[in-house]
Amino acid sequence: MKNPIVEIYRFYAEGFRSMKLGKTLWLIIAIKLSIMFFVLKLFFFPNILNSKFDTPEEKAEYVGNELIKRK
Amino acid sequence: METMDYSLIDWSRAQFALTAIYHWLFVPLTLGLSVIMSIMESIYYKTGDPEWKRITKFWMTLFGVNFAIGVATGIILEFEFGTNWSNYSWFVGDIFGAPLAIEGVMAFFMESTFIAVMFFGWNKVSKGFHLASTWLTTLGATLSALWILVANAWMQFPDGMKFNPDTVRNEMADFWAVALSPVAVSKFIHTVTSSWMVGAAFVIGVSAWYLLKKREQQLAYKSIRIAAVFGLVATIIVSVTGDSSAYEVAQKQPMKLAAMEGLYNGSTGAGLVGIGILNPAKESYADKEETFLAKFEIPKMLSMLAYRDPIAFVPGINDIMKGGYDAKDAWGKPVRVLSADERIMSGKIAIQALASYKTAKAAGQDSFALKSKEVLEAHYSNFGYGFIQDKNDLVPNVPLVFYSFRIMVVFGLFFLAFFIYILVAGKRGWLEQKWLLKLSIATIPIAYITSQCGWIVAEVGRQPWVIQDIMPTFAAVSHIDTSSVQITFFLFAILFTILLIAEIGIMMKQIKKGPGH
Repeated sequence: MKNPIVEIYRFYAEGFRSMKLGKTLWLIIAIKLSIMFFVLKLFFFPNILNSKFDTPEEKAEYVGNELIKRK
Repeated sequence: METMDYSLIDWSRAQFALTAIYHWLFVPLTLGLSVIMSIMESIYYKTGDPEWKRITKFWMTLFGVNFAIGVATGIILEFEFGTNWSNYSWFVGDIFGAPLAIEGVMAFFMESTFIAVMFFGWNKVSKGFHLASTWLTTLGATLSALWILVANAWMQFPDGMKFNPDTVRNEMADFWAVALSPVAVSKFIHTVTSSWMVGAAFVIGVSAWYLLKKREQQLAYKSIRIAAVFGLVATIIVSVTGDSSAYEVAQKQPMKLAAMEGLYNGSTGAGLVGIGILNPAKESYADKEETFLAKFEIPKMLSMLAYRDPIAFVPGINDIMKGGYDAKDAWGKPVRVLSADERIMSGKIAIQALASYKTAKAAGQDSFALKSKEVLEAHYSNFGYGFIQDKNDLVPNVPLVFYSFRIMVVFGLFFLAFFIYILVAGKRGWLEQKWLLKLSIATIPIAYITSQCGWIVAEVGRQPWVIQDIMPTFAAVSHIDTSSVQITFFLFAILFTILLIAEIGIMMKQIKKGPGH
C-alpha cells in the first residue's frame, strides 16, 4: 500500500524538478520575500507598539494618550 | 501636548497609496484570469478536446507569472499598519484583524494547496480532480479578496462594534454586521466583477496580438469568444453593483458623493453631471467661485440614483458643512444633520470624556468614570471630528475624485460597448479588422486605469477618514520620523519598479513564445 505522505512528497518533488519557467518565478518570489522580511521588515518596519511595549495594557495606555494629546 | 508634523501624514499616505496601487496591478488579473482559465478547463473537461487543454495551460502560465510576481506584495501593507499606522492598528483591534487573519489562513491553505495541483497535477491526478483544484484556486483567490474588502468596507461604514475605553479598541459586537454590511456586499461584488473585466480585457488584448501577428489563430478566436461573453456578463454586473455602491455612498458617506459629483450646493431633484470641467479657480468650499467651467447634466438623475426618488434632496458640500437639514443617518434613522462645527465640538467632548474616564479610573473614582463613559458613548459617533483642526480638511480632493469617477464610468461604458462589439465581430467574421485588434490591445491598460480609478474614488473620496467619522489619518498615523517614511517610500518605488519590469518582461516573453504544441 502506498504511503500518502510519500506520494504527496513525490508529487511536489517531481513538480518542482520538472519546472522550467517556474524556476525563474520561484527565484523571483524567494528574492522578493527575502527583501521583504529580512531587509524591509527587519530594518525599516518595526511594529511600533510591539517594539516599545510588552503588555496590552501598556499599548492601550500609549495609544489612549496619543489620541487624547494629539494636536 | 503632541504636535504632529503634517508632512509625516502626507508621506505615510503617499507610501500606503503607492503600495496599494502597485498591489492592485496584480490582484484584478489574478481574480479575472483565474475564472477564465477555470471556464476553459471546464470546456476541456466536458469536450475532451486537447486544444482546450493547450489553451487552458497557456493562460494558466500567464496566470502563474502574474501570481508569482504579485504574491505577498500585499504583506507590505500589513508592515505599514504596524509601523506607520500603529494608532489605527491598535484602535481597530480585532475588527480589522479578524478578516485579515481569515484571509491569511484561506489564502495559504486554499491557494497554495490547490495552485500546486493546478500546475504540477496535469497527467498526475484525474481530470476531475485537476478541474476541481483549478476552481478551488479561483475560489481561494476570490475569498481572499472577500475578507480584505470586508475589512475595507468596515472602514467606510463602521458597524457591528463597540468602543472599549479601557483597551482603547473597537471590539467586534456583531460579526455578521461587519461581514454582511451592505457596503461590504456591494463592494465585494463590484470589485470582484470589475476584476473579471480586467481579466477579460487581458485575454482579448493578448489574443488580438496573436491575430495581428497571424499566429495561434485558433487559440485567439476561442479565447476571445470566452473572454467577450465573460467580460460582457461582468460589465453588466459591475453596472448594477456600481449603482448599489453609489446608493450606499449616498446613505453612508454623503461627503464622498458630493465630491464625486462636484456638488457644492445641494438641491431637491438634483441632476447628475454626465461630463463636466471643474473650475480650477475654486480652491475651497467656502469661496464664491463657480464650480464648473462647463457641464452636461441629466436632470433629477442624481436624486433618483442616490435616494431612488427624483425629487429627493441631495446635500452638497456646503450643506454638509452647514448642517441643519433633515436626512437619515447611515442606519436609516431620521436625524437633523449636525454642522461641521457641531460635530467638531461633539468630537472634542468625546476625546475629553475619554481623558476624564482614564483619569477617573486611575484614581478609583468609579462613578465619575461611569459618567465620563456615558458622555463618550453619546458623542462617540463624532469621535474623529475632535481631531479636525481646519474644517477644509473635511472636504476630500474634489477634482481627483470627480474626474476619477468619470473616467471609471466612461471607460465602464466603453467596455460594455467593446465586449458587445467583439461578440458581434466574432459572429460576423470582423475580428481581423486591424483597428479593432489594435483597440483590443489598448484596452489592457485602459482596464487597469479604470480599476485604479475605482479605488481612487473609494479611498480619496473618504478622506480625511481612515475610519469614517471615527478616526482621521491625522490621529491614525504613528509618531515616527518623516525621513524614515521617505526612505521606505523610495525603497518601495525602486523595488516595485524592478518587479513590474520583471513581470512585464516575463509576461511578454511567454506571450511571444506562445503556448507551444
